[in-house]
Amino acid sequence: MANYGSGFDQDAFLRVARETRERLRGSWRWVWGAIAVIVGLATLSSAYYQVEPDEVALVTRFGRFVRTSEPGPHTKFPFGIERVQKVPVQRQLKQEFGFRTIHADIQSSYHRDEQTAAESTMLTGDLNVATVEWIVQYKISDPYKYLFKLRDVDETFRLMAEASMRTVVGDHSVTELLTVGREAIAAKAKELLSNLCRLYDNGISVQQLVLQDVDPPEPVKPSFNDVNQAIQERERSINEAWAEYNREIPRARGLAEQKIEAAEGYAVDRVNRAKGDAQRFVALEEQYRKAPDVTRTRLYLETMSAVLPAAGKKLIFDDKAKGILPLFPLGNAVGEPKP
Amino acid sequence: MSLRGWLLAGAAAVLVLATLSSAFYTVSETEQVVITQFGQPIGQAVTTPGLHVKVPFAQEANVFDKRWLEWNGSANQLPTRDKKYIWVETYARWRIDNPLLFFQRLRDERGAQSRLDDIVDGETRNVIANHNLIEVVRTSNRAFERAEEAEDVMDEEAARQVELGRDKITRLILERASRVVPDYGIELVDVQIQRINYIETVQAKVFDRMISERKRIADRHRSEGQGKSAEIRGKKERELKVIESEAYRKTQEIMGRGDAEATGIYAAAYSRNPELYKFLRSMDTYRATVDKDSWLVLSTDADLFRYLQSPDAGAAARKPGK
Repeated sequence: MANYGSGFDQDAFLRVARETRERLRGSWRWVWGAIAVIVGLATLSSAYYQVEPDEVALVTRFGRFVRTSEPGPHTKFPFGIERVQKVPVQRQLKQEFGFRTIHADIQSSYHRDEQTAAESTMLTGDLNVATVEWIVQYKISDPYKYLFKLRDVDETFRLMAEASMRTVVGDHSVTELLTVGREAIAAKAKELLSNLCRLYDNGISVQQLVLQDVDPPEPVKPSFNDVNQAIQERERSINEAWAEYNREIPRARGLAEQKIEAAEGYAVDRVNRAKGDAQRFVALEEQYRKAPDVTRTRLYLETMSAVLPAAGKKLIFDDKAKGILPLFPLGNAVGEPKP
Repeated sequence: MSLRGWLLAGAAAVLVLATLSSAFYTVSETEQVVITQFGQPIGQAVTTPGLHVKVPFAQEANVFDKRWLEWNGSANQLPTRDKKYIWVETYARWRIDNPLLFFQRLRDERGAQSRLDDIVDGETRNVIANHNLIEVVRTSNRAFERAEEAEDVMDEEAARQVELGRDKITRLILERASRVVPDYGIELVDVQIQRINYIETVQAKVFDRMISERKRIADRHRSEGQGKSAEIRGKKERELKVIESEAYRKTQEIMGRGDAEATGIYAAAYSRNPELYKFLRSMDTYRATVDKDSWLVLSTDADLFRYLQSPDAGAAARKPGK
C-alpha cells in the first residue's frame, strides 16, 4: 500500500513544473512555477509520516481502517484521503488516584486537593471511612479497540478503576484495609478492573495495581495512632513484668541453693566433729580404764597447774589460823586506782 | 478563449465540484450515518466505514457516533431504606444502537444525555431507597479477617448480612434502566456506582463513632497490658515464696539430721563412761573459764594444797580430788 505514495515524489513534480514553465512563457510563468512548488511540497509533507519506536500507527482511508504501521518512516495517500492515528502500545501508562505527581524526580512532589480527596475517600465494609490512594499501570494491548471502541477511553478507564476499588474496599473492614488486607485488596481490585476492561473491550490490559497511602480520615487519625500506642504500651508493660520476673526468680533460686548447701556443710561439720570427739574420748577412756586413779589425779593436777597461773589473783586461807585476819588490799587487788 | 468563455468554464467547474462533494460522504470507523431526503430518513443506517455515495443536494448525511459513549451522573444525595443519607455518583456507558430511532426520538446526543439523567438517576434513586446502606457498600458476606493485634469492635448495623450486595444492586439499576432506553434507540451497556459517601452531618457522626470505637480498642489493650503484667508479678511473688520457704524447710531438715547424728555419736561414746566424761568436761571448763581477771579463793584444806604445810599429810588422809 505504501508504494502508492511513492508516485508523488519530488522529481515528478519538478518535471511537471518545468514543462509548465516552458509552455507559459512571459509574466505568468513565474507565478505558475511558484504554485507548482508549493503544491509539490504540500503533497510531500502530507504523504510522509514517521512512527516512533514505542508506537504503532493506524491508517484509515476515507475513515475506514486499512492498515497498521510499525515504527519507521512511511508514506500514505495525501490530502486527507488517508489519515494516521498513532498509539503508544509499548509505553507503560500510569493513572494516579487520590494524588497527582507534579514533578517526578529523586524527591518527587505530589499534589492533593478537593478533587483528589473525593477520589480517595471511600466507605469500608464495616461502614467506616478511609482514604485510599493507588496507582494503576497499564498498556494498550489492542490499538484498534483502544481507538474505536469507546469515545473517552482514558476517562472511562479512570471511572472503571474507581468503581472497582470502591467495590473491593466496600467488602473489607477498615482494619483489614489498614493492616492485613492490603495485598489481597490490591489483587482483587486489579482482577475486577481487568474484568471490566474485558467487558468494555477497550483494548487496555492492566499490568499492575498498587495501593499507596492508605489512611483513616484526618479527624480520626489520632485515635488510630492511639490504638497502636496502646498496643505498644501493653507489650511494654508485659515485657517489663517478665524482665522483673527473670531478674528475681533465678537469683532467689541461687540463694536458696546456697542456703541448702550451707546447711549440708553444717550437718557434715557436726557429724565429723562428733565422730572426732567420740574417737578421742573412746581412745582416752580405754587407757584410763587401765589406771583410773593415777590418770585422774594426773589430769586434775595438769589442769590445776594450767588454771592457777592463769588466774589474776589468788587467795589461799587456812581454817586453823583462827584470829588472824587475813589482810589484803582489796582496792588494789580489783585494780581500782586511788588518787 | 474569450473572457466569457473563461467565466462559463469556471462556473461549470464549480458546479461539478459542488455536485461531487455533495454526492460523496465518508463514514469513519467510529461513525454511523442516517441518510435523510428532504428531512425524511431513507433506508437503514450506514455503518460500514469508507467512502459512500448519495443523491447530491436532495439527500443529507446525519452522522452519529458508533462508539460507547459517556454518561457521568452528578452526585445525588439519596436516602437508603435505613434512612442513611449518602452521596451517590454513578456512571453509565451507552451506545446508539438504532441510529434511525435515535435520530427520530432524540435528534442528537444532548437530548440523549438529558433523557439518561432522568432514567439512570431515577432508577438509582429507586433502587437505593429500597435497600439498606450495607447492601450498597458490601458485595458479599465474607467474614472480615481479624488483625492479630487489633481486635475489632463492629457496629451492629455493619454486621448485618447482605442479601444482594453492590454488584447485584448495580445490575438491578442497569436492568431496570435498560427496559426503557431501547425506545430511544439506545443500548445501555454498563452502569456502575462510582462513589458513595456519607453526607457531611452523617460523616461527622461516623467519625465520632470511629473515634469511640478506637478508644475502646485502645483502652482494652491498655488494661490488658496492666492485667497481664500484674499476673506476671503475682506469679513472681508466689514463686519467690515457694523458693524461699522450700529452702528454709530443706536447710532445717538437713541441719536437724546432722545434729541428730552427732548427738547419737556423742551419746554412744560418752555412755561408755559418763563419770569420766563429766570429769574431763569439767577440767576443760576450768581451763576455759579462768583468766587473768579471775579471783581464786582457795582453802588449804583443798586436796591440792595438802602438801603445802607438810610433806607427810598425804599419807594420813589420802582422798582423790574431784
